[in-house]
Amino acid sequence: MNTTADAVIVGGGIVGCACAYYLSQELSKVILIEKGPIGGGATAAGMGHVVVMDDSPDQLALTRYSQSLWHNLIPDLPALCELEKRGTIWVAEDDEEMSFLPDKKATYDNAGAPAEILNAKQLAKHEPNLRKGLAGGLRIAGDSVIYPMTAAMELMKRAKGAELLQGLGASQISGQGVTLEDGEVISAKVVVNAAGGHAAFLTPGLPIEPRKGHLAITDRYPGFLNHQLVELGYLKSAHSMGKESVAFNVQPRSTGQILIGSSRQFVGWDREVDRRIFGMMAARAQKYMPALGALSTIRIWTGFRAATPDKLPLIGQWPSDPGLYIAAGHEGLGITTSLATGRLIADMVSGRASMIDRTPFAPDRETHA
Amino acid sequence: MLRVSVNGQALDVPQGTTVAAAVSQAGRDFLRRSVSGERRGPLCGMGICFECRVTIDGVSQQRACIATCEEGMEIVADE
Amino acid sequence: MSEVSCEVLVVGAGPAGMAAAATAAESGSSVVLLDENSLPGGQIWRASRGSIHNETSIWMDRFRRAGGRLVQGASVFDGTSSWLRAEGDRFSFRKLVLATGARELFLPFPGWTLPNVTGVGGLQALAKGGLDLTGKRIVVAGSGPLLVAVAGALTEYGGKVVAIVEQAPPGKLFAFGLGLAKHPSKLLQARSMSEGLRKTIPGTWVTMARGTDRVQSVSLTNGRRSWRIECDYLACAFGLVPNTELASLIGCNLEDGAVWVDEMQRTTVEHVLCAGEPTGIGGVDLAVTEGRIAGLAAAGRNAEAKKLFLERKKHRDFARLLNKSFELREEVTQLAHSDTLVCRCEDVSFGQLRDHKNFREAKIHTRCGMGPCQGRICGVATRHLFNWEVTEARPPILPTPLRSLSQMSEE
Repeated sequence: MNTTADAVIVGGGIVGCACAYYLSQELSKVILIEKGPIGGGATAAGMGHVVVMDDSPDQLALTRYSQSLWHNLIPDLPALCELEKRGTIWVAEDDEEMSFLPDKKATYDNAGAPAEILNAKQLAKHEPNLRKGLAGGLRIAGDSVIYPMTAAMELMKRAKGAELLQGLGASQISGQGVTLEDGEVISAKVVVNAAGGHAAFLTPGLPIEPRKGHLAITDRYPGFLNHQLVELGYLKSAHSMGKESVAFNVQPRSTGQILIGSSRQFVGWDREVDRRIFGMMAARAQKYMPALGALSTIRIWTGFRAATPDKLPLIGQWPSDPGLYIAAGHEGLGITTSLATGRLIADMVSGRASMIDRTPFAPDRETHA
Repeated sequence: MLRVSVNGQALDVPQGTTVAAAVSQAGRDFLRRSVSGERRGPLCGMGICFECRVTIDGVSQQRACIATCEEGMEIVADE
Repeated sequence: MSEVSCEVLVVGAGPAGMAAAATAAESGSSVVLLDENSLPGGQIWRASRGSIHNETSIWMDRFRRAGGRLVQGASVFDGTSSWLRAEGDRFSFRKLVLATGARELFLPFPGWTLPNVTGVGGLQALAKGGLDLTGKRIVVAGSGPLLVAVAGALTEYGGKVVAIVEQAPPGKLFAFGLGLAKHPSKLLQARSMSEGLRKTIPGTWVTMARGTDRVQSVSLTNGRRSWRIECDYLACAFGLVPNTELASLIGCNLEDGAVWVDEMQRTTVEHVLCAGEPTGIGGVDLAVTEGRIAGLAAAGRNAEAKKLFLERKKHRDFARLLNKSFELREEVTQLAHSDTLVCRCEDVSFGQLRDHKNFREAKIHTRCGMGPCQGRICGVATRHLFNWEVTEARPPILPTPLRSLSQMSEE
C-alpha cells in the first residue's frame, strides 16, 4: 500500500511533535510515525526543563530562542502540561566558583535572559535546604519546568491536520519517503529524521551516540525546593566526552516531588540501573543538599540522551539526500530546544530565514569534541 | 498504656497499638488527603498500599498501619 | 551501615519464612531471618495487639534455640543473588530463601476509595493493630476462604458482621465443599467456620460503596436483583496475589505471576530459593511445607527434603481446588465507572486509562503506577481490567530514603 504526503516525520518524541506542530502550519498533509507511545523515549525519561544554557554561544542562542517560543505558548498551554516558571539557580561552592559568575551573568543578560548574582545569605534564603557554607549562586528567573509527556501530546493535538501513524516503525528512510516495517511506503518531498538516539540507525553516518542518564524521584514534599538547582560544574559534566560523570541537579515538580539527577555515561543501550553511578550521583546531591537524604525516594530510572560530539543538535538538510532533514542529537536539552528545532525545520522547508543562525546546527558540519 | 498525640490531641493507647489505630481512636475516619483532595483511610493494613501515610515525629510519608505507637510520639494526620 | 553475613538468609517471617529459617538453623546453618514488621508472624499469623500468635512462638522458639537471628523492621529495597540491602543494613549470604508472602487483590468499584473501605485481611490486620471495631457493622465481601475466616476473627474482636458476600457461585462453593472431603484436616477447619459458611451469600458481589465522609452503605447484586446494606466498614478483596517484586528484581523467572521453583524450591537463579505464597497462592499448610523443604535444601539436606514431597503434593492439590473454586467471574472485573479511580496514589481514573495500549504507556501519560505503592495495587487491577502486563522491577522495590540509596555505590 502506498501513500503520498507533503512531509513525513519519523519519531514521536517531543522534537518530532514540535516538527509536526510547525510543519502542519505550512503543509497540508503531514504524517508522524511513532512505533511506541508518543514521547515514550528520552522525552519521558528526562527532567522536563526549559532552560537557557551557555556551554557555547550557539547553545545559548538556540536555548534562549526556544525558551521564548515556549513562553509565548504558556498562557495557552493546558494545566496538564504543568509549565511553571520556577527559575534556575547555578550554585557556587566556593569563592573560586563565585568568581565565574559575573561573566556568566553578562552572558545571560546579553542573551535576554536576566540573571541575578546571589550571595551566601540570599542563596540560603531562596533555598533553605541547601547546606551551609555555599558561596552563592546565579539566579535565572525565567527558566521553567514542564511535564514533557503531556507537552508532546499537546503539540500533536495542535498540529492541525497532522496524522499520527502509531505502532509501526520505519525500516528505511530517504529524501523521497519512508518505508515502514510492514512494507508500506509513504512518499514525501520532505522527510524528517527525529528519531533521537535511534536516528543513526535510519541515517547511517549521523554522529549520534546514546548517553545514558539516571534520575530519581521522591514522594511529595511541597515547599522543600523552590528553584531548579544545578552545580556550576554541570556544564563540565555535560561538556566532557569522557566515559562517565555525575553532577548535582535537582528540580521541583508541580506535584511537590523532587527530581534528582544527573549522570552521564557512554555504555551503549544498557537500560539497567547502574547502582555504582547512581550511588555517586545521590551522594553528590546530598553533598549540596543534605536534607535530600531523608526524602522517601519512590523510583529510579534510566534514559538515553542523543549525544553528538560537539554538544549541539543536528538540525537541517542531509546534503547527500536533499529532502531528508535531520532533527536529532539534542543531548540533555531536547525539551527546551524542541520548539526552536521544529521552527527551524519549518523555516528551511519554506525557504525562509530563521530568527537565529542555522549554520552551527548543520548536520554535515565537522563535529569536533 | 502509653501517651501519644494525634494532631495535638493527647491520647492514651495500649502497648502494641499501631499509629493507624491511634488515629482512629482520636475520632478520625481518615488520615490522608489524596492528590486530588479526597479523604483516605487505610486500605491494605499491611504496608503495601501507602494510603495510610502520616507524619510521625516530624518525618512525613510514614505508613501508619505498620508503625507501632511509642511513648511521646507526635502523630500528624491530614486535616 | 551495618554488615551482616550468614549462610542462609530468609526474607519474610511468615509461616513459610519461619519454617525455612528454623529448619535451616536446626540443620546447622547460620541463619538470619528478616522481616519488615515489628513482630514476626506474617499476615495469617500476624501479632495481635502486641502479642505474637501461638504458631509463631512455636517456630520462633525452634529458630532461636537453633541459634538463628531475627532482624525486625528490615524493609529490603534492593538486592541480588549474593547480597540484600535494607535501610541501614547490608546482608550477604550463600543461600537466599524468599518468603515474601502475598497481598490482597483489589478490584476497583465506585466508592472503593471511601474511608473505612479496606481489604479483608486488611481489616483483620488493622484490628490486630488495635483498631476498635466494637459494635461496628461490617460487610465482608469479595472472594476466597479468607472471607469466612476473617469474619470469624472480626466477630471475636466485637465487630458485627452483617453480611459475608462471596462472588463464587453456589455451584462452585458446593463443589469446594465436596472437595474438602479429600482433605480431612481442612474439613475440621471448615467446621469451626461453619457459622460463617452458613451466613455466606454466594454468587453475589458489591457494585458500589456509598457515603459522604466514609462508607455508610453498600450496594450488592447477584446478577438478578440488587439491594443495599448499611454498614460502618466494608472489607472487600478478591483473593491473594504473590509478592514477587524481590524475586523479579533478583532475576528469578516468573510463570503466571508466580515465582517458578523446582522440586527443591529452587528458583531459576543459583543460590536463591522461594517458598510459600510467592510460588503460587496455596494457603498456610502448603507454605509451611514449602518452607521446610526450602530450609532443608538451603542447608544441603536434600534427602530429608524429599521426605516432605508427598505432604507438599497433598497441600498443592488442595490449593488447586481452592483456586478453581474461587475463580473470579468476569463481572467483578467490570465494576468500575469512568470516574472510578484505579490508581489511588496518583488519582487516575478508569476513564483516563482505558484508551491506552499497555501499562507503560498509561504510566507515562497519566502517572498511573508512579506513586509510592509502585504499582502493587493498580498494576494488579489493570491486569484484570485490561489484560496489561506489569513492567519489570528496578531498585528500590520500596520507597526508601535517598541516603540509603546513595550507599549503593559501595557494592
